[in-house]
Amino acid sequence: MLSQPIGEGAAADYTKFMITELGHFALILALMVAVFQMIVPMIGAQKNWAGWMATGTPAATVQFGLTLTSFAALTYAFVISDFSLRVVTLNSHTAKPMLYKVSGVWGNHEGSMLLWILILTLFGAMAGWFGQGLPPRLKARVLSVQSAIAVAFFIFLIFTSNPFERLAFPPLNGQDLNPLLQDPGLAFHPPFLYVGYVGLSMAFSFAVAALIEGKVDAAWGRWVRPWTLTAWVFLTVGIALGSWWAYYELGWGGFWFWDPVENASFMPWLIAAALLHSAIVVEKREALKSWTILLAILAFGFSLIGAFIVRSGVLTSVHAFATDPERGVYLLLITGIFMGGALVLYALRAEQMEAKGVFSVVSRESALVANNILLAVACFVVFIGTIWPLVAEMFFDRKLSVGPPFFDAAFTPFMVALSVILPVGALMSWKRAKLKRITVSLMPVLVVSVALGGLAFAIQTGGSALGPIGVILGSWLVLGAAFEIWQRAGKANKIARLKGLPRADWGKAVAHAGMGITTFGIAAMLAWQIEDIRIAQIGDRFEVGQHQVELIDVREVDGPNYISTMAEMKLYRGGREVAHLFPEKRVYPVANMPTTEAAISNGILRDLYVVIGDPQNDGGWAVRTYIKPFANWIWAGAIIMALGGTLSLTDRRMRVAGGQRSKAVTS
Amino acid sequence: MIAVASRLYGLVGLIALMAMPAFAVQPDEVLDDPALEARARVISKELRCPVCQNESIDESHAEVARDLRLLVRERVSAGDSNDEALSFIVARYGEFVLLNPPAKGSTLILWLAGPAMLLIGGIGAAAYLRGRAAPVPADELSADETKRLTELLNK
Repeated sequence: MLSQPIGEGAAADYTKFMITELGHFALILALMVAVFQMIVPMIGAQKNWAGWMATGTPAATVQFGLTLTSFAALTYAFVISDFSLRVVTLNSHTAKPMLYKVSGVWGNHEGSMLLWILILTLFGAMAGWFGQGLPPRLKARVLSVQSAIAVAFFIFLIFTSNPFERLAFPPLNGQDLNPLLQDPGLAFHPPFLYVGYVGLSMAFSFAVAALIEGKVDAAWGRWVRPWTLTAWVFLTVGIALGSWWAYYELGWGGFWFWDPVENASFMPWLIAAALLHSAIVVEKREALKSWTILLAILAFGFSLIGAFIVRSGVLTSVHAFATDPERGVYLLLITGIFMGGALVLYALRAEQMEAKGVFSVVSRESALVANNILLAVACFVVFIGTIWPLVAEMFFDRKLSVGPPFFDAAFTPFMVALSVILPVGALMSWKRAKLKRITVSLMPVLVVSVALGGLAFAIQTGGSALGPIGVILGSWLVLGAAFEIWQRAGKANKIARLKGLPRADWGKAVAHAGMGITTFGIAAMLAWQIEDIRIAQIGDRFEVGQHQVELIDVREVDGPNYISTMAEMKLYRGGREVAHLFPEKRVYPVANMPTTEAAISNGILRDLYVVIGDPQNDGGWAVRTYIKPFANWIWAGAIIMALGGTLSLTDRRMRVAGGQRSKAVTS
Repeated sequence: MIAVASRLYGLVGLIALMAMPAFAVQPDEVLDDPALEARARVISKELRCPVCQNESIDESHAEVARDLRLLVRERVSAGDSNDEALSFIVARYGEFVLLNPPAKGSTLILWLAGPAMLLIGGIGAAAYLRGRAAPVPADELSADETKRLTELLNK
């Protein structure tokens, strides 16, 4: 190298070289800091040496800084298209738009793993920064456990999937990121999911630290909740983004497929939802302690299992990521060590978590227990359905598939049961509730919901029960949440008191209403969607439901890096034009890959969704038209759920996560 | 299936499979009788495309999925019930193609796992709730506390 003449270009190359190596070096240093942070604060906590315990926060900060440096170096390599790095060559191209150069950093196994670790160390550092109110021993242990997780993943990254691996002979250009992945919705989908997965590591660290400590109290519940809630909010948004992307990109409007990879994100979501609720019981009533600890362990356990499912390729899934058995084995090992260790600790220590609160069988506590059972069992059903093909093959020598029809039948009842009890449980008071009074007061909500369901049944064609049931459940949840807020406002001065309600109460009502909206959206779209598949000639006008569709023209259009067959269609209703749409079929010649770009006219009450298919021998075109009622409500509901969670997060109680007594208004 | 495909990237080679997801059911396959066609669609959603990853024949664009769709329509038109059409295909392609494994033999475990878990959870919770509800009312002092209180009072 040194023998080369050093001109401008060569000098620039050296800088590139240095920055990449700096990133690699920072990564290795971060591992060393993580090892230090795993050991020293823990010993300090055991021996009660304040100085050793105090190393936790600075170590976590340095660890995060180093990981950030490493991540920035990798991003830089993608931005300047440094094809001497293997991951850059395989996943980027000089002509790719900047957004996708950056999102390409996590559009592959190695880079996404580095992002995973970056978020992990960020959470660790945040626990250090914001945990001033935590007792020093608990804090030291939390940081130590968090760092132990980081150590496992640093080793995994550096030794099995190093993003800084060089190519001996760098090519002139890269192989580009799959065109389907060059999409804004998908660019931000993985970071959201990762914040969710990794955020649950905080709940895990708190649980293990509490087990080592042998003590769980109301304050512990208060500290765990914000982390879990943050993780859950991000998971909700991440899952919704992925589902929405599938809806508009895949050409027929499916939004959930019960694929192993989807289930991998859904299982932690369900357990995190259960954990959120049980941690409230710990905080307010000092009961359900050992169960909450178990949920905290399992929630992160499902995150790890998810990483294993996605990256090992054991379960057939279209996305099975870089299916490398060696990586799979290592991930299974990580999952085994952390779950096994935590569960053994749990078995030894859970007995000590003596509950204090006493409550009657009819109470808010019991309602939350019911919520937890339903969510946990629902998650278990998803889990067993996901792994069953593997189990059946290994133990029963049967090759079989478990797909949407199974999950629809086996999972849905639990969600329906949850929706039915939710508004009742939400109104119960702590310790002892009067079921009769609540039922009577909810009677108007029930009557209105059933009436709306009956109306839907009367309007719809065909006798399907799905739509009306969705209407009943949806309005039961939404009106139930509204009723709760109304009731909390008391008799006099409603407006003033509504303003004074804690944000956590608003958050709860908003999130529950969001669930109602999603429930309704799913049922309505599945029950009332209209599909039309036909061959249309240019100029044809045909009826789909109450709409008329006109195929005006089909032409070839050149895009920047693709060739498109673009149709022009107009949709009318009652003679009035309601949408002018241009569905496309694209071919990306470099990747030799066709994609379908459906054209969608979004509406509050319905989406009009048109797809252009193959040319036919008689000169016509295959055309698919869908009318999807209330489709957007599915994702709107999810976003509203996330908003509710965020509202709760901004509650005073959460912000002052240290020591102070809760000031929440209790009903 | 496809949907998520991209969801986790990586998968480049496999994505080629999802090449043209829009062209599942072709117009020329559609039966003239809407009732029969609707039944064919219902059956198609229960059948897995044998060469795809987790896709039903209703969604898949693979050649064999098309053959199966045509076969389903043939059976339905010939007067088969939904179950007869399904077992006709299972007899030829194996139970692997069923997306909803029948609750028979070892698969019973799969189907009963959820309800069994609910039962266990329910019994556990009931026991727990009774335990919580039964003991001394909260406003009474425990033996320890009474002792401590008398100690303090006697000081």
